[in-house]
Amino acid sequence: MPASLLRELNSLLGSSNVLHKNEDLVLYEYDGSVEKARPDLVVFPHTTEDVSRIVKLAAKYNVPVVGRGSGTGLSGGALARGGGILIVFARMNRILELDLENARAVVQPGVVNLDITRAVEHAGLYFAPDPSSQKSCTIGGNVAENAGGPHTLAYGVTVNHVTALELVLPDGEIVRVGSKHGDTPGYDLCGLFVGSEGTLALVTEITVKLTRKAEAVKTLLAIFDAVDDASNTVAEITARGITPAACEMVDGWTLCAIEDYIHAGFPRDSAAILLIEVEGLREAVEAQAAAVEDVCRTHHAREVRIAKDDCERDLLWKGRKNAFGALGRLAPSSYVLDGVIPRSKLPQALQQISQIGKKYGFSIGNIFHAGDGNLHPIVLYDPRDPRQFENAIAASHEILSYCVELGGALTGEHGVGMEKNELMPLLFSDADFDLMRRVHDACNPDSSLNPGKIFPLSKGCGEIRVRKQAETLPAHV
Amino acid sequence: MTATANLATRLEGILGAHRVVAAEAELREYAIDGMVPGAIVHPASAQEAAEIVRFAITEKLAIVATGSRSKLDLGMPPARYDIALDMTGLHEIAHFDPGDLTLSVDAGMPLRHLANVLSEKGQFLPLAVPCYETSTVAGALASGIDSTLRKQYGTARDFLIGAEFVDGQGAPCKSGGRVVKNVTGYDLHKLLVGSLGTLAVITRLNFRTFTLPQARGGHLACFSNLEGASSYCDAIEKCGLPLANLETLSPEMVALTAAALRETNAEFAGHLDPAKWCVCASFEGSEAVVPRIARDLQKLASETAAADSEILDAASDAHLGSVSREAFDWLRWASPSAALFRIVLPQSKPGDLAALLCVAQESSLRSALLVRAAAIIYFVLLAETEDESALHTLENAAAGVFFLAGAGQGHATLLHAPLKLKSRVNVWGPKRADLGMMQRVKHSFDPQSIFAPGRFVGGI
Ligand SMILES: Cc1cc2nc3c(=O)[nH]c(=O)nc-3n(C[C@H](O)[C@H](O)[C@H](O)COP(=O)(O)OP(=O)(O)OC[C@H]3O[C@@H](n4cnc5c(N)ncnc54)[C@H](O)[C@@H]3O)c2cc1C
Repeated sequence: MPASLLRELNSLLGSSNVLHKNEDLVLYEYDGSVEKARPDLVVFPHTTEDVSRIVKLAAKYNVPVVGRGSGTGLSGGALARGGGILIVFARMNRILELDLENARAVVQPGVVNLDITRAVEHAGLYFAPDPSSQKSCTIGGNVAENAGGPHTLAYGVTVNHVTALELVLPDGEIVRVGSKHGDTPGYDLCGLFVGSEGTLALVTEITVKLTRKAEAVKTLLAIFDAVDDASNTVAEITARGITPAACEMVDGWTLCAIEDYIHAGFPRDSAAILLIEVEGLREAVEAQAAAVEDVCRTHHAREVRIAKDDCERDLLWKGRKNAFGALGRLAPSSYVLDGVIPRSKLPQALQQISQIGKKYGFSIGNIFHAGDGNLHPIVLYDPRDPRQFENAIAASHEILSYCVELGGALTGEHGVGMEKNELMPLLFSDADFDLMRRVHDACNPDSSLNPGKIFPLSKGCGEIRVRKQAETLPAHV
Repeated sequence: MTATANLATRLEGILGAHRVVAAEAELREYAIDGMVPGAIVHPASAQEAAEIVRFAITEKLAIVATGSRSKLDLGMPPARYDIALDMTGLHEIAHFDPGDLTLSVDAGMPLRHLANVLSEKGQFLPLAVPCYETSTVAGALASGIDSTLRKQYGTARDFLIGAEFVDGQGAPCKSGGRVVKNVTGYDLHKLLVGSLGTLAVITRLNFRTFTLPQARGGHLACFSNLEGASSYCDAIEKCGLPLANLETLSPEMVALTAAALRETNAEFAGHLDPAKWCVCASFEGSEAVVPRIARDLQKLASETAAADSEILDAASDAHLGSVSREAFDWLRWASPSAALFRIVLPQSKPGDLAALLCVAQESSLRSALLVRAAAIIYFVLLAETEDESALHTLENAAAGVFFLAGAGQGHATLLHAPLKLKSRVNVWGPKRADLGMMQRVKHSFDPQSIFAPGRFVGGI
């Protein structure tokens, strides 16, 4: 990295907003995935203009830039695969406007997801997308990944709640797309940029919709002695057209790990539980809860408990949302997958995952958004053993290929990043890549922004900018 | 040989004579704002559509994909129009998994037929758009026209989960998939919504479907002025009642609606008082929920001093709903020269609506106004003649409407206007800040601008 670039960044942002020492940079070579890549410099902009100037400087020095929120991403999206400057949005964390009357909030990208809800809940409103990482992940990261969460089953994912964006393009140009109310005439540019994994533009301001809290809510915990019964329950809830606000599944093995850690009141001796929430008008909630309970009993639920108060409900959700952390205590490393399948195929998918685990000698936990068919098999492995790491990757590829075979997709919410880009040809043809590449190049022609992501390295977009040594090294070796 | 005959012959050489039409009378049926294509092609598969696109690229010809042709007058007149690619020959359901509530359907499938198939499994697609009885699924999506169910189910972008299409290089492409949650690759299919055929030829669309509600109901409240109607709507929003639709009608719109209703249900038309502002609510849900919402609305109406209010049974609600769904269609022809705007403002306050009505008054034009889903304003200016003075008046009034929309940080588009007005007023309104980005998108999909050139925002 040229010393003059560091000097120029220091004078632009002040040295407290620039990191360049190795011991500081190592903190930024990870995200939540198993990947690893070290940036050459880390900077903390405070304004959109800062971002634009940083990007222009990077262009002048022909150095790649990568945006980063909290680094909780699970596909290596926020890693500087080609080195260069990592732009961390943590200090652009102001809520710029709350328009409660029109249910809109305008925020900077570094605002933490849950902080939006905290700022508006006094008015009976909240921000609906609720990734399990919502206490730490940022809205910028949510926008880039089109993040989901347990309650996206009823309320939709991030893209359904974003109406406008301010963007900085790789040449420093500042562009606004969408509008406060939404419904802008012309192409749905918000729909394109949300979920583009930080490969088209950096997001510097986001207008989100706020949702009104439901009048009534009921949380049910259904306990099963067989995984098949739980998955058949989910398939039938879907088929009967009952739309719970959330429908999460946790297998027995994972439940024990959670109980050791959180003490949420989950049974230790069951094969699986479903955590199902119904929301809406009181009358609707009563009827839906009864219908859900009926389906659970039909599929041999051993017990269906209903949380009796907010306290019990919060505890159940705490157990669910901290599950990854709980599993982290069981093995040196865990690998969270994110395949999606048609919900009617849930029972056979879970059977196959268990088979694949057996084949490679892993215990695979399952804790996932069952209602959307969004699987999160978790492979526990020891990265100090290179064979285990290789096997974990192989098992993951086999599981994701199976999801595709069932008519599903490679990722439901975590993104492709640098983790699944080589699997993309399972779904997309050369013509599909060609069009995606043209759209990419229309915004990011030199692949100077977040190179080496989404596209298989052989299919263009940034291969020249990817450092050889940074490729798929396990994070913990 | 004329140019048209020559084109038709070459197209016949590609797909056979039975797929190509060049008879004058039929060509006229495919006219867009008076422009007639050189030939009509009826592909029977995505591959055939791609072959025609590739031919058009080599020959530098312009293509407009068409469905039932009910909304071809949306947008600006095309700059060039050589081939009408009639997609109604692609009309199969490629995949329907009722257990997963997902659907994959060919572009030319009529919405009505699709609804019949889905309803056999107790499901539906919430695309309640005008010209419903004839519209095709891809036409409805590409037109970007509002569904009256958007308040509850969102717009097509919220339930479109994937698409297959032919891009401007003649390549069959896809994006998204057939699962309800998916972030694999760029969401290019979202760009097709409302794109008026300017990006690609849609060949197949994947949706999530929804279960038909157990019960439906409606409610009608009438107010002596706009303020009353507005405070009632505010009260509804505040208590968060889940409604499928909520429409506020100005007295003139009430009269037009009553006239449209009279054609199918004369008796119910009598319930609409053309001297009042009317607020119509539709709602759905379980047998227990529907009466509960009706009761709450009745209470809110009396608290906000409604002059009149009544609970509608499912049949009356359905009648009223189908008439209001078609509003776009009948408003277009409500006077010899009608200019129909769609306006979105961050806040649809009574003052904004009054200001719009004022524009009409100042121009001595009849006007009517409808606020849909508490968010989208349909505003029609009705000139009684087609002469120069009427055009001039409409032109000035349109400038006033665009100005008001811009001043309120919103935007307006002209959904329908007399053709002569289109040569004076850009229906998309003033130039937008994100036009450059849209041009980049257009260029990546359609580098040679062969798809419906000139119809879209900013001359795209
Ligand atoms: C315990 C745990 C639970 C999780 N649960 C969920 C879940 O339920 N649902 C879910 O969807 N995800 C979940 N995730 C994944 C992750 O939290 C989300 O992807 C989240 O959106 C990432 O936000 P972040 O701020 O950490 O982004 P980062 O990881 O820092 O970045 C993610 C991507 O966003 C890009 N980016 C960040 N900011 C910007 C910006 N301003 N402009 C442009 N690009 C930007 C980065 O370049 C990168 O590609 C979970 C992760 C963990 C560790």
